[in-house]
Amino acid sequence: MEVFISPKVDKVGIEDRVNRITKRSIKKEAKLEGLKMALSMVDLTTLEGMDTTNKVTQMCYKAQHLHDEFPGLPTVAAVCVFPNFVKIAVDALKGSSIKVASVATAFPSGHSSLDVKITDTKMAVDAGAHEVDMVISRGKFHMGDFNYVHDEIAAIKEACGKSVRLKVILETGELGNLDNVRLASDIAIAAGADFIKTSTGKIKPAATLPVTLVMLEAIKDHYYKTGNMIGMKPAGGISNSKLALQYLVMVKETLGVKWLDNHWFRFGASSLANDLLMQILKQSTGAYQSANYFSKD
Amino acid sequence: MKKDIKPLKFSGKWDFDPAPESVDHINLKEQYGLFINGKFEDPQSGNYFPSTNPATEEHLSMIAEAGEKDVNNAVTAARKAYEGPWSRMSAKERGKYIFRIARLIQEKSRELAVIETLDGGKPIRESRDVDIPITAAHFFYYAGWTDKLKYAFPNRNPKPVGVAGQVIPWNFPLMMAAWKIAPALATGNTVVLKPAETTSLTALKLAEIIQEADLPKGVVNIITGAGSTGAGIVNHPDIDKIAFTGSTGVGKIIMKAIAGSNKKSTMELGGKAANIIFEDAPLDQAVEGVINGIYFNQGHVCCAGSRLFVQESVYDIVLRKLKDRIQSLILGNPLDKNTDIGAINSKEQLGTINKYLKIGQQEGAEMFQLDCSLPKKGFWCPPTLFTNVSQSHVIAKEEIFGPVLAIQTFRTIDEVITKANNTPFGLSAGVWTDKGSKIFNLTSQMRAGVVWANTYNKFDPTSPFGGYKESGHGREGGLHGLTPYLNF
Amino acid sequence: MAERINVLKTYKIFIGGKFPRTESGRFYQLNNRSKAIANVCLSSRKDLRNAVVAARGAFEKWSSATAYNRSQILYRMAEMMEGRKDQFISELVFQGVDKNKAAEEVDLSIDRVIYFAGWADKINQVFGSVNPVASSHFNFSLMEPMGVVGLVAPERPGLLGLLSSLCPILVSGNCAVVLASEKLPLCSITLAEVLATSDVPAGVVNILTGKKEEIIVHLSKHMDVNAIYLTDNLEYKKLVQEEAIQNLKRIVVGNQKSWHDESVENPYIITEFMETKTTWHPVEIISGSGAGY
Repeated sequence: MEVFISPKVDKVGIEDRVNRITKRSIKKEAKLEGLKMALSMVDLTTLEGMDTTNKVTQMCYKAQHLHDEFPGLPTVAAVCVFPNFVKIAVDALKGSSIKVASVATAFPSGHSSLDVKITDTKMAVDAGAHEVDMVISRGKFHMGDFNYVHDEIAAIKEACGKSVRLKVILETGELGNLDNVRLASDIAIAAGADFIKTSTGKIKPAATLPVTLVMLEAIKDHYYKTGNMIGMKPAGGISNSKLALQYLVMVKETLGVKWLDNHWFRFGASSLANDLLMQILKQSTGAYQSANYFSKD
Repeated sequence: MKKDIKPLKFSGKWDFDPAPESVDHINLKEQYGLFINGKFEDPQSGNYFPSTNPATEEHLSMIAEAGEKDVNNAVTAARKAYEGPWSRMSAKERGKYIFRIARLIQEKSRELAVIETLDGGKPIRESRDVDIPITAAHFFYYAGWTDKLKYAFPNRNPKPVGVAGQVIPWNFPLMMAAWKIAPALATGNTVVLKPAETTSLTALKLAEIIQEADLPKGVVNIITGAGSTGAGIVNHPDIDKIAFTGSTGVGKIIMKAIAGSNKKSTMELGGKAANIIFEDAPLDQAVEGVINGIYFNQGHVCCAGSRLFVQESVYDIVLRKLKDRIQSLILGNPLDKNTDIGAINSKEQLGTINKYLKIGQQEGAEMFQLDCSLPKKGFWCPPTLFTNVSQSHVIAKEEIFGPVLAIQTFRTIDEVITKANNTPFGLSAGVWTDKGSKIFNLTSQMRAGVVWANTYNKFDPTSPFGGYKESGHGREGGLHGLTPYLNF
Repeated sequence: MAERINVLKTYKIFIGGKFPRTESGRFYQLNNRSKAIANVCLSSRKDLRNAVVAARGAFEKWSSATAYNRSQILYRMAEMMEGRKDQFISELVFQGVDKNKAAEEVDLSIDRVIYFAGWADKINQVFGSVNPVASSHFNFSLMEPMGVVGLVAPERPGLLGLLSSLCPILVSGNCAVVLASEKLPLCSITLAEVLATSDVPAGVVNILTGKKEEIIVHLSKHMDVNAIYLTDNLEYKKLVQEEAIQNLKRIVVGNQKSWHDESVENPYIITEFMETKTTWHPVEIISGSGAGY
């Protein structure tokens, strides 16, 4: 039986650090570069009960044509959908470098049997998903059954196979405190997560800067221990460019520039992309932008 | 921890563009006289000295040098104001003047922050977010005390001391002026204040604010100059109280000068604070606290956490985190909003710091510094840490007053308590552990006036500040900060 | 029957709970109406050194005793004094004090001890504070004892002056090195006998008799003394203040006009021998520190 002991976290200290990070002033070229980088890290997401084939197809088109009027823009990193839409997304994105991510494991609650979760995962993988975003069993976590949580993640990782990257959603809004965020991060990393991710987007609070900082510190400690890099994905609640840049500053100053890459850092968001686009245009043209000029899919 | 893992890299991609705070809104005169009896006047000698920007060595303004006669004029004005309008005024009205000063500082906060940074070399982030807000808050806090003193001292009848002579250092020029002037005025005293010669400008801007606030003339007199001006204040027979913040060396000279007299004193002197990290501490926040503890204001802080003690079991990981965090700091133009480490306050201070860096290396300690290029002009020292340090090293014993950290290890709590207290200083200490009972054990055993547990370098007007042992006597801030300005 | 020959008492000094003779071997003769009444030790700088070592050694235990415990120990001291009242009175008379005044002084002295004993567990309630800082921190200030305090005891009244100045030093947890009254030293040694048989730990109070002129400079210079209470003998003020600079000891200069005065009974004098310590600790979620995470 594994014993999980995680370093403690002081919330006020975390907030102090976050406060300092948010005071960074990103101007001129660095701002433009940061906005484009953020855009390239977006996992364009639709995870609605009312999702349809058409909705997913439209989103995939948007992913490839963010704002054709303005050349030189990156594409988003991935689209993120339910397993039953993976095939549609894969087809719609054929020929692009945009990845298809699928949530799985009885998303968002995670309440189901391991068998069902594995089946769910395999369904996404078989349909061609490049990435799987699973949820941890928060109930088991709160019961103190950390081994269950760990083993379940390990089993899903196995179901993903070698080439599919696994993002482990901690659903930090349900974990109660930052010490638990840290512990869950360490468990997920130990179990084989390629990415750790804050939230499903269905629970508030979703991603926050303090929670993300704690998770980045877990990634850093893992790097110090093993030399291996783990990815990070804050998701939910990041809807404007200023906040996105603050996340990037946090990544830069916590883990360094190697993580400033969509292979290692993602934003789970739906409306962020358009705000980034508006800011990029503002930065390039000097004129404040209107939402009417940016397509909403 | 694996030893051969590459350090994290914090530059080379997405480096920030310059984001300088604008200076075109500030109002600096070419020359500043002495603020005596409510107006600026020329020094009797006609002598002025230059104030320069330590980050660029550019000239900022000419500052009057107060001589013996000027000191006497200032003390006379303060005495007249004390015996005249100031003591006749009701406490409530006195308070309203202090509130007015607090508000004016808030209104002019950006200008004051920029001038503080230009004159002293500290990052605008700090002058904007720490120095100036605390300055205003200090006046605001003490303003409210004026008409409530009888509640602070049950069964006593507190009376002002009279004329206070105040001499302040260059590390927090305006904030130190507030720490001195606000409680003195709140308790009904009048003041002759001398800022440090390298950082007079914000004190002179404060003089303008005091004029604008229409404070009765002579209640606050601000005279500029170097050590001899300070000595003139200290030795003046009509001064009732000396309040000094500065080095322990100068503090001793002042104490000698006033020995046998009836002058009261408060001394905020040097420090060599221990910052202690236990294995069960929130390590990342502890590392951040260490960084903030020693590199805040380029280490020009009397309560800087200049001695770090790390429990051996977490030494490797803490050192690794510290080094990486140092590499993520940005050194450069203090006016840039992203600058973490500004300029060293003066050429002399840089010389002192460099002397200690040399001593540390000669003593066999291992030096690590932020890998960065230093600006060509101005006075700079990258954030530095030393390992392989023991209690007997000079760099672990003497106050350096620069961005230099000396790291030692320990095994048991008793060992670290002994080592932490093994110093003539006793201003502050820091402890980092997740265990409550251990915190209270440590905080009560530290022989220091301010103990930060799981935090560091926090200041607040309500919080008494001051040292044990050779770090001085008396408290500034809070209710306890009233006592030194009162007779009972 | 032949008159009995009185057994004369040898007055020794009090260091670390023991009664050594002065290391110097010197003494001075105490007279009352030109009649020699006792030989009193002329303590030397080495006696002072030993006394400071004893005081420093006792500080950790005495300062970390609970306030309730210190209070009881001082109260116990008063109880012991009550039992020795007659001895104190006759000793004062012996030294030339009027009998009625001596009785009054002894009563008042015992009451003083009880007055200050009661402050032990109240001083921090009255003088400590919780400071409402504008950030997510709990911040409080408490008073702590300074360490080793040198007491230049009042010349007179012999017992009342000593206890009125000694108790404020002791009650917070300081240890004292006392330079006893030169003119009226006998009560201080008898008090030492009370202390030695009371519950006051050895070394908490150390009493040296002799010429203040000879020792005061060494006390003032001593690097391991944290504070000095110069109750009278103000002729030494400048000397003490100058010599104290080397380690910046706190010098409290007395201004008590009469030790009989009720104003002696106040807690402010206790705080003169205490340091204010302010402690900060983070508090999760105070208004202004974004709630939630």
